[in-house]
Order: sequence, then structure tokens, then C-alpha cells
Amino acid sequence: MKQFLKATGLSVPLMAAAAMPAMAQGIDQTVNDIFAGSTGWFVSLIFSNFPGTSFPWIVAWLVVAATIFTIYFGLIQFRAFPHSIALVKGDYSDPNDAGEVSHFQALATALSGTVGLGNIAGVAVAVGIGGPGATFWMILAGLMGMASKFTECTLGVKYRNEYPDGTVSGGPMYYLTKGFEERGIPMGKFLAVMFSIFCILGALGGGNMFQSNQAHAQISNVVGDYPGWITGIVFAGIVFAVIVGGLKSIARVTEKVVPIMGVLYVVTALLILLINFDQIGWAFGQIFEGAFTGLGVAGGFVGALIQGFKRAAFSNEAGVGSAAIAHSAVRTKEPITEGFVSLLEPFIDTVVICTMTALVIIITGQLVSDPETGLYVLNEAGTAIQTVDGNSGVALTSAAFSASFSGFQYILALAVILFAFSTMISWSYYGLKAWTFLFGEGKTKELIFKVIFCLFVIIGAAANLGPVIDFSDAAIFAMAVVNIIGLYFLMPVVKRELESYMARLKSGEIKKFN
Amino acid sequence: MSKIVLGYDDGRSAASALEFAMKIAKAEECELVVAHVLEWSPYSFLTPEELEERHKRRKEEIERAQTALMGPVREVLDKSGIPYRCEIKYGHISETLLEIVKDEGASQIVIGRTGHTPFSARVFGSVAGSLAQVAPVPVTIVP
Repeated sequence: MKQFLKATGLSVPLMAAAAMPAMAQGIDQTVNDIFAGSTGWFVSLIFSNFPGTSFPWIVAWLVVAATIFTIYFGLIQFRAFPHSIALVKGDYSDPNDAGEVSHFQALATALSGTVGLGNIAGVAVAVGIGGPGATFWMILAGLMGMASKFTECTLGVKYRNEYPDGTVSGGPMYYLTKGFEERGIPMGKFLAVMFSIFCILGALGGGNMFQSNQAHAQISNVVGDYPGWITGIVFAGIVFAVIVGGLKSIARVTEKVVPIMGVLYVVTALLILLINFDQIGWAFGQIFEGAFTGLGVAGGFVGALIQGFKRAAFSNEAGVGSAAIAHSAVRTKEPITEGFVSLLEPFIDTVVICTMTALVIIITGQLVSDPETGLYVLNEAGTAIQTVDGNSGVALTSAAFSASFSGFQYILALAVILFAFSTMISWSYYGLKAWTFLFGEGKTKELIFKVIFCLFVIIGAAANLGPVIDFSDAAIFAMAVVNIIGLYFLMPVVKRELESYMARLKSGEIKKFN
Repeated sequence: MSKIVLGYDDGRSAASALEFAMKIAKAEECELVVAHVLEWSPYSFLTPEELEERHKRRKEEIERAQTALMGPVREVLDKSGIPYRCEIKYGHISETLLEIVKDEGASQIVIGRTGHTPFSARVFGSVAGSLAQVAPVPVTIVP
């Protein structure tokens, strides 16, 4: 997830937007004041720390849930990993179902909604504050998150709605309603409505305004400063053409370019690691040592742990429930197969891509350490590790990559813009599904949401609506509060599905086709 | 009874390919398998909205192929008295045609030349070209 960065210290690009001339200042100020006044309590509630620590309870909520699911399903993420790969490769797909959505396609679409700025800039923030040790905890939490994804995506497919015309709708709002009803648990409908409200707010904020805001910041970094509403209108126009005009070609181009960008990013990172292969042992040494001692970072090893956990939890959206919406469209007789496929998501997002970013930053020596003690040197404020050029956030990643490949900052800027765009498209869909769940399906109702969504693209790029974005961050994590409560109640359903499927897989009833 | 697979699409040589295949089928007393393959890759990328509508679209595409494309073929073949079957499948066109040949145990393939420009054929390859390269049975390409 890309939106928490601000709260973790990546406020530099947002500040750039704030520096915009006073023309919209008056309105901005009013909106900010109204918002901050009425929603501040909600934001501080969601992001409040455990007393006496800087550990937000929402992070614990996500990590504890992931741990419980991991234990409850007996390390499913490791046991089922080879089977997940086989499913994605299509080994178990009936050739007669060709032309339906494949497991690979559902995975790719869900991934393009989560891979983004968090993997690039968020990791830099985490490593910059928590040191190399944060990487260890990030990987651990990413591995745990795989079990959360597995649970929510299985339920998403199991309790989706299928309509006579062949279209489907699924996601937490459907399993909260239908699953709770089936098991005779009250409050399902209430939780579903709460989830939908948070999902709409999260879609407009973190899935939209924050994205266009960051995209604008990236563009103005490269071409120089200019008013944000220009970026906003261009972006809104493209988003409008895709989600309202049905101009699939643009979406298809992005959906193709985004994975290429992702692969390019990982390959570049691998090349940098290869060039510095003699340092790899040292880097892992730093990661392990830092994980348990902190190597001098603010807050010691607990500081490293908090940063790592935060990054993983906020980057792969495991437990938030958004992926369950994307995955529920797959045509499969076995809901559990979609759970297997989806557990690869946190693996790719966090364990692979986020780790690459961290390794490149560590290996290129961006973090300044004291040669005598081997501890990291803190900056003047004592809040983060001193970096070579004083960079943080996306600038730190950019510097680390450009140290080996000059000109990489342009590719990175392009990647950020494309990631932002694909995230917007994904979240426009998640928001729409929540909207139609609340207000019913229908062309006009859907159009209203889509137009609102496009307007928020412009607002996001044009203004520095700090409190509004804080609020939408909070809304996304509030989704996780509601969703995980639901997952606890419904996990026995997933367990039954799992046992039945595993038995049939063993007996050979579930056949391999290729 | 041996079988002939006819790769049928809406290209401009399709009609002459059908005519030619019927001639052989009649002469050699073969069964005709009329196959239409809808280009599809399980590894392409779709938006969330496309995912949602995929099943519906697939039904519509098959429906259209059955009526608009195969309908007239059936009419002609019903009149001719040649035994035949229609197959509509999704996949990579030449690979899928080869699979049909294998599954049916067919003895030859007939396809129409699709009329690619030399340039696009060079870049993307043509179905006729790749079939001619790899098919385990004789291939007749009808202009």
C-alpha cells in the first residue's frame, strides 16, 4: 500500500504540492480545517500507538492476524507454495475452459493494484529509519501475510454473487453478509456496510488522491514545477476514458507496461547485486545483525522491527480485503485454488520486490555508518539514519539505483507514474463494487461514482489536502479492522475447503491437465 | 473413416477453403471437422472490469461464432450430405488446430490463406506458415 508513506515521513513530495501558489490556498485551507476538525479523532484512533511506544496498534492487528492464520492453516504458505505455482502455470486448468479468466490473469491484475510506490519509496523510508534490520522483519511479516491473503481470497470466491448474465461480484462485503448468514452469526450485514463505506473512502483517498498527488510530484521533479491541476486534468481525462468511456486499449497498455516495469525494476536490482556480489554476504550480515541489535538505529532492534512490520503490512494489503474483490472473478470450481494463487501476491510484492529495494539501498552504501563501531550514524534530529546525500524516501531509492545506472531516475519516474495509474484503475473498481453493494447496481448509479472518482483525481493532484489523505489512509486500514473480524469468524469455512481439496488432490480426483 | 480438419475463420479465403475441403471429403469419403479458434492467451493482462465480464463475453463470443460464422457452413454441409462436426475453441490458433488434429486423428488439414500483408506475416508469423512448418499431417493452404 502506498498511502501510509506520508505518515511515515515521506512528506517531501507532498510539501512540493503545498508550495503551489496561493490561488487554491483559500479553498484548500477551508477543506483542510473542516476535515481535520471532524475526522481527526478517527485518524488518531486508527493510527494511535500502543501506550509508551511508537508501535501503531493497527500494525499489530494485521501481523497478529497473519500469524494466527499461518498457525491455523499449518504453514499453508510454505506447504502450498509449489501447488500455487502449478496453478498459475495452468497445470490444473481444464483446456475446455480456455477463454475464461485464468489464475495468472487474476493474480496479475490484483498485483498491479498493490505493487507501487510503497515498494519503491516506502521501503526506503523503512530502511532509512529502521536500518538494514528492518528488511528481516519486513520479509518475515510478508511471509506471514501470505496466509491472510489465502484466507480472504478463498472466501471472496466462495461467497461471490453470480448473476444470470454471467458477470460476478465478490469481496469482503459479500462474504461478510452471506458467510455470516450461513453460519448463523449476527451483524454480518452491519460489518459489510461498514466495510463498503471504508472501501469507498479508501478508494477515493489512498487509491486515488494520494496516487495522483505522488504522480504529479514525480513529474514535476523531472520537468520542473508547474500547477498540479494540469496533471490532475490529464490523469482524470485518461481515467475517465478508461472507466467511463470503456476505452480498454489504454488500460490494456498500462496493464502490459506495469508488469514489464516491475520485471525491469527487479532485473536492474539483481544486476546491481551481481555487480556488487562480493558485498552480498556483508549485506545479509547487516540485515541479521540489525534485526536483533538494531545497529544503532533509533529505537534499537524494536525500531527496526516496527519499521519492517509496518512496511510489509502496508505494502501488500494482506488482510485489508481489497485483493478479495479482484480475485473473485476467476472461473473456478474450487474457491480454494484462488486462495492458493493469491498467497503468491505478498510473496512477490514484499518478499521479492520490497527486499530488492532494501538490498540495493544497503549494498550501494547509501546509509552512513561509523567505521570504528560499525553502528549507523543518525541524522541531526536523531530520527533516521544519515544517508550519503541526505536523501530519504523515493529520492533515496533513486540515488541508490542511479549510483550504478545513471539515468535510472527517469525510468523510476515513469514507473511511479504507471504504477500510480494502474493502482487508480484497480481502486476505482474496488470502490465501485463497494458503491454498488450499498446503492445497488445500475448504469446511472455506477456513472455517479465514476464521475466522483475522476473529480478526486484532479483534487488529489492539485492540492495538498493532508488531513483528507490522512483520513483516507485511516479508511483503508479501517477496512482491515472490519475484514479481519470477518476472517476470524469464517476461517473454519476455509479450513473445511482446504481439507476437502487436499484430500481430493491426494486421491487424484483433482486432475492435472498438462 | 478418416477425417479432415478445416481451419475456418471469417477471412476472405474461407469460402474457397470450405469448397475445397468439401471436394476432397466427398471424393475420399472423409468426415469433415470444421474448427474455428478464437485467439486467446491465459497470460494476457486484463483490467478488473474485464475480469468480471470475461465469462459473459466468452459466452457471447461463442454464441456469435456458432450462429454468424458456423451457421452458414452448417447449411451448406447439411445439403451436401457430407458427415461433419463443428468445433469452436479458444487458444493460440495454430497450436489449437494441431491439438484438434491430434485428438481427432485427422489425416490432413485444410486452411484458407488469411491474407496478411508480407510485413505483418514476417513480424507476427502467419497461421498457415507455422502450420506448414510443424504439422504432422499434410497441410493444404487455399488462396
